[in-house]
Amino acid sequence: MTTPPFVKLDGVAKRWNGQLGVEGITLDIPEGSFTALLGPSGCGKSTTLRLLAGLELPDEGKILIDDRDVTTSAASDRNLSMVFQSYALFPHLSVAENVMFGLKVRRVPKKERLEKLHRALEITGLLGLEDRKPGELSGGQRQRVALARAIVAGQRLCLMDEPLSNLDAKLRNAVRKDIKKLQRDLGITVVYVTHDQTEAMSMADTVVLMKDGHIQQVGAPEDLYSRPNNTFVAEFVGAPPMALLESGVLGGFGEGKTIGIRAENIQIVPKGDGRMRCTVTESEFLGAETLIGLDHAGTTGLCVLKPGLSMMAEGNEIDITFNDENLHVFDAAGQRLAG
Amino acid sequence: MSAHANLERRRQAIYGWLLLSPAAVLLTLFAFYPSVATLWSSMFSRGTRRKPTEFVGTENYSDLFADPTFWIVVKNNLLYAGITIPVSIFIALSMALWANGKIRARGFVRTAYFTPTVLPMIAAANLWLFFYTPGLGVLDQIGSLFGLPSVNWLGQPETALWAIIIVTIWKEAGFFMIFYLAALQTIPEDLKEAADIEGASRWTYTRRIVLPLLMPTTLFIAVNAMINSVKLIDHLFILTKGGPSDASKLILYYIWEMAFAFFDAPSAAAMTIMVIAVLGIVAAVQFFYLDKRTHYQ
Repeated sequence: MTTPPFVKLDGVAKRWNGQLGVEGITLDIPEGSFTALLGPSGCGKSTTLRLLAGLELPDEGKILIDDRDVTTSAASDRNLSMVFQSYALFPHLSVAENVMFGLKVRRVPKKERLEKLHRALEITGLLGLEDRKPGELSGGQRQRVALARAIVAGQRLCLMDEPLSNLDAKLRNAVRKDIKKLQRDLGITVVYVTHDQTEAMSMADTVVLMKDGHIQQVGAPEDLYSRPNNTFVAEFVGAPPMALLESGVLGGFGEGKTIGIRAENIQIVPKGDGRMRCTVTESEFLGAETLIGLDHAGTTGLCVLKPGLSMMAEGNEIDITFNDENLHVFDAAGQRLAG
Repeated sequence: MSAHANLERRRQAIYGWLLLSPAAVLLTLFAFYPSVATLWSSMFSRGTRRKPTEFVGTENYSDLFADPTFWIVVKNNLLYAGITIPVSIFIALSMALWANGKIRARGFVRTAYFTPTVLPMIAAANLWLFFYTPGLGVLDQIGSLFGLPSVNWLGQPETALWAIIIVTIWKEAGFFMIFYLAALQTIPEDLKEAADIEGASRWTYTRRIVLPLLMPTTLFIAVNAMINSVKLIDHLFILTKGGPSDASKLILYYIWEMAFAFFDAPSAAAMTIMVIAVLGIVAAVQFFYLDKRTHYQ
C-alpha cells in the first residue's frame, strides 16, 4: 500500500499481574475501513480496543493514529470516539445534552453545536427525542443515542465495543445495516469488537480473529472463511463451523494431520458410493435448509446441509462424499498447510 | 363494575391498610399525639401552687419573642446550622471522592474517616474537651510550640460557638461520607471512560456527571444535617453548657433548660412547636423543590 496506515499497532502487549492480556498485537488499519476484532470472550479483543482508545496503557509496543505516536497519550488527545457496550449514556442528561457533551467540553460555539446535534440526530433517526432522558428510551433508541454521540464530533476514528449485544436479534440485524451504512456514508474508520462471527463477517472489510491474547488471522471475511490459517479459525468462523477429521480417517493424507471440510461441500450419496459412512445424530430445521449432524470415529462437527425440510431419523446410516479440492489440510499443530 | 374486580379492589385496600397500620400506630402514639399535646400545653400558663394553669392562647409565644435570650439562641442556632450543614457536606463529599479513588491504604482511610461516627457524642466531647483545655490541651500545646498565647477556646464568647461547630462537623462528616461512598459505587465506571474520551477533565466530569448523580444522596444528607443541627446538642452538656453568657446555647439546649432547669414547661412547649414548624417548612421546601430537580436512577 502506498499510503501509510491510518491506525497502526506495533508489537503491543498488555499484561495484568503477569497474567496475559494481549501479546504481540501488530495491526495496520487503513483509513475509511471497517475492521472487526473477533474472538471468544477473554481473547483480548476488548483489551486491544481499550488500548487503542487510551483507556489502558500498553506495557510494550507502539500505537500510531494518523501518523502520530499516541502510545501514552490520554484518551481525549487521540481524536476518536467510542460506543460502549453499555452505551455509557449519562442518565441525568437529556438526549441532546448527552450527544453534545463532548462538544460542550471542547468549547464548540453554541450555534455550531446545535447544527451538529441536529445533523447527528437526523442521521441516527432520533429527531424529536431531544428532551428525553435515557431512562425513557427503548434499548434500540439508547443504542442510537450512543451512536449519535460518537459521530457528532466528526472524529475520523470510531471504536465500538460490542454495541449490539444488548439488543434483541431482530433489532440487531437492522442496526447492523445502519452502522455499516453510517460508516460508508461518513467515510469514517471503525474498529468494532464483537464475539459474534456473523456480525463480524457481514459488516467488516477486515476481520481480526483473536484467541488467548494473540491474533490468529487477519483478512477479509471470505479469506477467513475459505482459507483459515489454523484449526481454531476454521472452527470459529462460519455457521455451521468447519468439520475437522483426523487424516487417518481418509486415505491418502498420511498420519497426524487434520482435514477440514465445510458442510456445504459435502454431498449425501447412495449407500456404497460414499467416501465415509456416518450415523445421523440430529436434524435441525433452519427454514431454507435442514442441518443434519453426523457422527463418525475421528471426526468433530461433521454435518451436512439439505435443502428445505428434510429431517432424517437419528441413528440412520448414510454415505457421504466430497471433492479433494474442497478440503483444508492442517498439520499436527493445527497450522494450515499450503494448498 | 363486576363483582370480581370489586373483590380484588377490596383485597388491595385491606393489604394497604395492613401494611400501613404498624407505622401509623407507632407514629400516632409517639409522634403525632405528643406533637398535638405539646401544641395544646403551649397555650396554657405555667401552673403554680397559688395560680392554677389557665388558657392563655398565644401569650407563651409572645413572651418568648420578648425574651432576648431566645433571640440569641435562635441566632446561635442559625449560625450553627449555616456552618455545619454545608461544611460537613462539603468535607464528606471531598473525603468520599478521595477514598473512592485508587489510593493506597484505602481501607485504612475509610475506617479512619468513619471512626468519629462510631464514637458516642459524649465520649467525643470529652476527647475535644482535652483538645480545647487551655494550657493542658493539645491545641494550646501545639500553639505554644510556635510561641502562640494560650487560648481558652470554650471559655470566651467569641470562640465558644465555633469550637462547638468544629466538633459537630468532625462528628458528622465521616457519617455522611459513608452515604456518598455508597452512592459513588453505583456510578458505572464506563461513564468516566466515556467522559474521558469526550475530552472532559476530572473537574468537568465531577461537576457535570458525578455531582448531579449524587444529588439524591446530597438531598438526603442535607435533610439529615439540618435535623442534626437542631437535635445534636449532647456535646454542649460536656463542653460549654451553653455558656459563656449564652454564647454557645442552641435552641434544643434552651428548651431542655426551660423544661427541666427552670421548670417552665409551657414555654418549652411553645419553643418546641416553633422548632417543629420551621423544620417542617424547610423539609417541605427541600423535598418538593429540590426533589423535582434531582435525577433518581
